[in-house]
Amino acid sequence: MLPRSQIVLLISLATAGFISAFSSRIDDYILDVVLGIGINIILAVSLNLINGFTGQFSLGHAGFMAVGAYAAGTLTTGPGKAWIAASGISPAVLFPFVLLAGGLAAAVVGLAVGAPSLRLKGDYLAIVTLGFGEIIKVILQNIESLGGSRGMVGIPSYTTFFWSFGAAAITIYAAWALVNSTLGCGFLAVADDEIAAEAMGLNTTRYKIIAFVTGAFFAGIAGGLYAHLKGYISPAGFDFNRSIEIVIMVILGGMGRHVGVVIAAVLLTVLSEKLRDFGDKRMIVYSALLILLMLARPQGLFTWKSARKAIAG
Amino acid sequence: MNSTHPKPGRLLHLDNVTIRFGGLTAVSSVSASLGENELTGLIGPNGAGKTTVFNMITGVYAPTEGAIHFENRPVTGLKPFAITERGIARTFQNIRLFPSLSVFDNVRVAFHLHVTQSTAHSLTRGRKFRAEEREIIDRTRALLDIFQLTRVQDEPAKSLPYGDQRRLEIVRALATRPKLLLLDEPAAGMNPAEKVELMKLIRFIREKFRLSILLVEHDMKVVMGICERIHVLEYGRKIAEGTPAEIRQHPAVVAAYLGKEVNH
Repeated sequence: MLPRSQIVLLISLATAGFISAFSSRIDDYILDVVLGIGINIILAVSLNLINGFTGQFSLGHAGFMAVGAYAAGTLTTGPGKAWIAASGISPAVLFPFVLLAGGLAAAVVGLAVGAPSLRLKGDYLAIVTLGFGEIIKVILQNIESLGGSRGMVGIPSYTTFFWSFGAAAITIYAAWALVNSTLGCGFLAVADDEIAAEAMGLNTTRYKIIAFVTGAFFAGIAGGLYAHLKGYISPAGFDFNRSIEIVIMVILGGMGRHVGVVIAAVLLTVLSEKLRDFGDKRMIVYSALLILLMLARPQGLFTWKSARKAIAG
Repeated sequence: MNSTHPKPGRLLHLDNVTIRFGGLTAVSSVSASLGENELTGLIGPNGAGKTTVFNMITGVYAPTEGAIHFENRPVTGLKPFAITERGIARTFQNIRLFPSLSVFDNVRVAFHLHVTQSTAHSLTRGRKFRAEEREIIDRTRALLDIFQLTRVQDEPAKSLPYGDQRRLEIVRALATRPKLLLLDEPAAGMNPAEKVELMKLIRFIREKFRLSILLVEHDMKVVMGICERIHVLEYGRKIAEGTPAEIRQHPAVVAAYLGKEVNH
């Protein structure tokens, strides 16, 4: 007998597959927005693991998304295309492995960025990840084989409803499962009081690295999905504003809350779509929203339980 | 006392431990040892270096000179979490709970040292993982029950009254299953009635969990009331060691606390 959480995951995957079979009946524009929601859920939930549950402040989530997007794009469109064609297997069948490769690439980069900076206490991580996001952007702009600042075009649209929401379901499950165990309480403990956590025998650096690398991995998956949804990626699309959008989803949802962050990801994706006519001015709306929120409900919009609680199951 | 080898059969042994912060010698060649199931007090006037000694034992600071042995193995310079793994748990002078976690999870997280399943197992959630989690939940419940905290187990730790927070911090430390428990000024901020309760609690813990306790305390009544041996520090040096009766009459201790008689 499977634990209840895994049954819920399987039902979610089956539902995503079922809806996916009928997705051709959905209006193209609506479907594009809806698949974007799935991707933003992955981004918000994975960042919540770092910023919410473990209490570290990362500002570079778009950077990891970029690594995943370019790694996956390279395999299906860029230099890796010929290599995949030589294998004789249909690229659509290989898509989950392409996504996985994007996730792993982001995780490796996450380890390289996180391992030195997570040893430090305080706000160093915010500064390091902020710099990392910019560095990734500049590096990508200067690699001609990946399109340079023009970006990578003609990426096949492999991202379907099933992949977008299936991956979102797996991300939510993974974040939930990681935190909901005796070892998982350690993430919350590190966020609450690092010195007390050390005194309880928790290797805080190890916890922070696990959260950071896992978060980067799923951001990489989201990047791969994004590339194969839009068909076009450019370094400018993964800038600081993108990172901030994800941070706002986490803060709005309530740091370290599973459901709240998912709701926030859905709402903000729809909101930013509605504000599309205003172009870059929507960042002003975002900022105003954040200020209002911090004044009115610093604990997040969607928080209702008093104690953050981990349950078994 | 200058032997570099720890005495056999001693749980904790400090051998000429010194720590300097720049030009200041906060603790100067202090030697002391603690036996199994012993209740020891560490006292001294303000700024004598009691908490610094505590912080060296728990790995917050590494001593500049000297060695610390626990169960005849060196623990000098280990990180705090590694020292807790060896079996030394502590509480803090200014309570440090996990404020947003429930009372239950505060204790549950401390059981992590005895978890055999890895972090990856929490993703697969197999039969063994679930059995172990259930066992930890039962043990957490049992521990909360002993200390009458079951009633508030779902409350966030920060919402507890002061006395309960102190108790919870001790319970959390016990969940790591220590062989030595270090209590940093547990009576701070307590009224006389609460202090009597605390003394009972400390005695009870020693009996029930069969461990050694080292107590840093300001309150003489508490220290003299429960400790079997007392070490006295002044200006970073150890000036006396003995039973409460001996310490009460020790001229150096009396001088340190009340000042010396002036010879006319």
